[in-house]
Amino acid sequence: MSNTAPSSNYEQTRRLVRYVSREEATAETYRQMGFRCGLEVHQQLKTKKKLFCRCPAGIYQDGDDYDTQLIRHMRPTLSEFGEYDGTALMEFRTKKTITYRIKRETACTYDIDDTPPFPLNREALTIAIEIALLLKTGIVGELHITRKQYLDGSIPGGFQRTAIVGIAGEIPLSNKTVRIIQLSIEEDSCREVSDIGHERIYTTGRLGMPLIETVTDPDMLNPDEAAEAAHHIRYLGRSTGKVNVGIGAARQDVNVSIAGGTRVEIKGVQHIRSIPELTHNEAFRQQALLKIRKQLSERINDPAEWKIQAVDIDRDDPESSKTLATIPSDHHAVAVNLPKFAGLLSFFTGPGRSFADEISDRLKVIACIEKPNMTHSEAMEQMSMMPVLSDDRWDRLQSLLASSPSEDAQLLLWGPPADIPTALETIEERCRWAFDGVPNETRKALPDGTTIFERVLPGPDRMYPDTDSAPISIAEEMIAQIRADLPMPIADCSKMLATWGVPDDIHLYILRRNLFPPLRTMIEENKLDPVFAASLLGHTVRNIAGDREVDSERILWTVGSVGDRDLQADLLRILLPLSLTRPTASFDHLLAAARYSPCTEAALLARIPALCAQFNGKRSDARKLRNWLMGRLRTDALGNIALSHLSQKVEEALQ
Amino acid sequence: MSDAQDAQNGYHGVSLATLRRFGVDVWSDVEIETSRGAFRGIILPRSEFDDSTHLVLKLKTGYNIGIEIRTITAIVELGKTEAHYKIPEKDFPVSPEKPSVTLLGTGGTIASRLDYRTGAVIPAFSPGELYGAVPELADICNLTTEKLFAVFSENMGPQEYITLAKAVGAEIEAGVDGIVIGHGTDTMHHTASALAFMVQTPPVPVVMVGSQRSSDRPSSDAALNLIYAMTTAATSDIAEVMVCMFGSTSDEYGLLHRGTRVRKMHSSYRSTFRTIGDIPLAAVTRAGVRPFRSDYNRRRDDREVGIHPFFEERISLLYYYPNMHPDIIDSLVDNGYKGIVIAGTGLGHVNKSIYPAIERAVSAGVAIYMTVQTLWGYVHMFVYDTGRDLMAKGVIPTENMLPEVAYIKLGWALGQTDDLDRVQEIMLTAICSEITEREPHDGYLVFQGGMPEIEEFLKKVNR
Repeated sequence: MSNTAPSSNYEQTRRLVRYVSREEATAETYRQMGFRCGLEVHQQLKTKKKLFCRCPAGIYQDGDDYDTQLIRHMRPTLSEFGEYDGTALMEFRTKKTITYRIKRETACTYDIDDTPPFPLNREALTIAIEIALLLKTGIVGELHITRKQYLDGSIPGGFQRTAIVGIAGEIPLSNKTVRIIQLSIEEDSCREVSDIGHERIYTTGRLGMPLIETVTDPDMLNPDEAAEAAHHIRYLGRSTGKVNVGIGAARQDVNVSIAGGTRVEIKGVQHIRSIPELTHNEAFRQQALLKIRKQLSERINDPAEWKIQAVDIDRDDPESSKTLATIPSDHHAVAVNLPKFAGLLSFFTGPGRSFADEISDRLKVIACIEKPNMTHSEAMEQMSMMPVLSDDRWDRLQSLLASSPSEDAQLLLWGPPADIPTALETIEERCRWAFDGVPNETRKALPDGTTIFERVLPGPDRMYPDTDSAPISIAEEMIAQIRADLPMPIADCSKMLATWGVPDDIHLYILRRNLFPPLRTMIEENKLDPVFAASLLGHTVRNIAGDREVDSERILWTVGSVGDRDLQADLLRILLPLSLTRPTASFDHLLAAARYSPCTEAALLARIPALCAQFNGKRSDARKLRNWLMGRLRTDALGNIALSHLSQKVEEALQ
Repeated sequence: MSDAQDAQNGYHGVSLATLRRFGVDVWSDVEIETSRGAFRGIILPRSEFDDSTHLVLKLKTGYNIGIEIRTITAIVELGKTEAHYKIPEKDFPVSPEKPSVTLLGTGGTIASRLDYRTGAVIPAFSPGELYGAVPELADICNLTTEKLFAVFSENMGPQEYITLAKAVGAEIEAGVDGIVIGHGTDTMHHTASALAFMVQTPPVPVVMVGSQRSSDRPSSDAALNLIYAMTTAATSDIAEVMVCMFGSTSDEYGLLHRGTRVRKMHSSYRSTFRTIGDIPLAAVTRAGVRPFRSDYNRRRDDREVGIHPFFEERISLLYYYPNMHPDIIDSLVDNGYKGIVIAGTGLGHVNKSIYPAIERAVSAGVAIYMTVQTLWGYVHMFVYDTGRDLMAKGVIPTENMLPEVAYIKLGWALGQTDDLDRVQEIMLTAICSEITEREPHDGYLVFQGGMPEIEEFLKKVNR
């Protein structure tokens, strides 16, 4: 085992795990692994005020822009069933000082938990019920505000107020139906500014914004289905026109498991496009951990007996000081022996990552020791930030630890002296979990499609009733009223787009930007040609708006004004971009900016003979001549004569 | 409690009938069919104050929801899961070298669990329970606890003050190194001043503590307040009756306020307790107590303490307002009240129309004392005619005694004697800074937000 170089061990274990890249993987790859994925989609609601206080919603602050700061620490409390939550206890161990940066405009004493909640924002509740109905969930009889503990400090009170609105619904995907577990309404958390050592900093602008969370069953059996479901849920929310769009307004938590693995939650995924890569890599990480478990079970008979051995490194010893040359002088260093772990620290767990990273991540999160916080006997130059020590250094540490070079693995950890005891517990804990396979945890998405440990997966024990608020009854009449105004289901919108002959490339844009309602109006009321209307939105408008939100009202006003003046719809190609970039300009002003002037068909056609005389090309090339003439007449024709009609007339004139 | 009563658990009327009809009960694990869909979970007790048209279900995810009784078509019981609340209890470690502290309980919550029926919070109190919730306490002292009563702070009154004062005396005699009193925050300053008068020159710290944000929340001030109070009781040199509560909303330090100069100033803020008209005694952190001044009573080794447990209950505190009618005072006199503290406007004023009532009260032998509703500042009744008139009619100014403190002190003084001259002597002789000779410039600090220099300061200092 130890005779194999770490990098070739890494390659061997990569093959053992049967890792393939996302591009190489097929549906069969995931079926064999028993891949399952569920989603928790969060969307901010477009309300005037926050959920439980009267602060304005949707005004954000930069990390350095604040009026004052305050400090909190979080201590776990008991659930109704008298249990402490596992996450809670872990986070209490981390002993973080949480600093909140607040601004007078966007946070009040409720946000910092110095005032009890005000009555729940009814505007938000109505939107949540609307979306719950679109998801076909059963609406609860009474909303019970529940406190969900968050000891990471992301909410100053230490809990998020949240409530279930609907249970057990479904959404249709292209090839299956995905079950919805529930839709809840909750307050958004703070935005993290930094998290270094024992101090974490948050801003409170986003805090308390109304959010809905849509939770699906783990019905998605490959990464593509996961992305499709995420898109569907997002569009469904947007189809109400009452959710926020833009960076951070929608975030996904993605749950992944494979056969024999455990549900692992990847938190805060901003872009749906990164879901496939993240879930793919997580599936293989779990596969790797299961292989590690198998190897350990062959090596170790009684896991309960397994223990790490640790030896403090004396900095004053000249031999040791060489080992510790690159380690900060105020840090303690400890050498740790992991019996029978040879070959496991360099065991492949994902692209560019090995099992040692599982330990290092936890040292950062639980023991609050910044990386690099360790290295190990199987460290590789090309991977991670861990420094690589020479073989003779390890020989020395192995003899200090009295370890077996062929069977054991060693690591060297360092950090502030006060954090070392927690660090050693953390190492032993993580290694012990390797005997069980995949630990229950939440992980944070990284841009490269891999993830790092964030915290232990919280359970139902962190929920308890909010003693500050009474239940809110949801009457049949309220539901009936909301049901009467529901937008068309996304699946029906898709069907209708297909019926109209709208090209596929535009579908997603129309749904993503919730442009189906204006498109329908343009077709059904303004009588525009469906493909032309769709192209106006999917090409003309999109070129101007990019991926920003689009003002549908302004579009419909412009389209309507063109109709009112009996102008030809072609003119919209020029008018719409002008109208959207000058949102307050009058219609006449827009016409002027478009250089439009009224002109009759006869007057235009009368110019043809004179224009023909100016043509420099070969008269015999009829197609060239026609195109040239159209180019000359186009600007003046726009709005006055349909271009297709003009083209026909030019053709006739030339014959 | 009989089974029948137990089965109700907050359910009554239609909801109770429905539970019985389907043969299920609180803690039943059920599948419920309704016209709005199917729901699965555990039936929870319901607050008895809520309506009878819903039942509460705890879902597997930990969420609670309510189901409207009318929509239910079937309930099937799948099993039973009963909750058992228990604060993890561990033996409180005792070591001979640590100071001994007694925690006297009055009903405030320090660590807690939830009560389903009311949604209220049940306190943890025994040393073992407290150690389970706040293990740091074991580093500070050897703890014993005694629950004197379990009342909300608004229900604390003269009888409780007297019981508490005697209990403090007994603990001092028994040799403790410090006493902590857990108390709800609403009337903590009333009780603090009562104790300050009833327990004079104690040889050890007597520290009142509570929590402003309930202890079932992770960000509660309860645990830190308790740690600060225990640190003060165990180690501080200040042998007085004090209130120990958060100094800022941040988890940074507690303040020690004299029992007679402290007042609750915000309905919900963590740093609600402020010393009025003076500076606090000290700040306290986990590291220890840092006094701001030296004019306090020092800790002593003797066990001498003056316990004066008296209180006359027929006294009132009148918050004056313009257009107050004389019959307010007349009715107090008619009902046999022996003393009235008025919180007057400005320097200590009331309108002329109640003068006759004041005269009637004084001639009926009712003691009338004047304080200021501005809270900060002294009563100055020589400045305007109104003040001089009132004094001539027998109203006695109380310098800078806080209205609530004057109320408590008058009850305490009248509890000792009916002789109004003697009462006046007691009232105007400062015992523990309820009257101070001078008001320092920083005894009045209510900064106004918006001022650029204040905003600059706020940006530098944690709130």
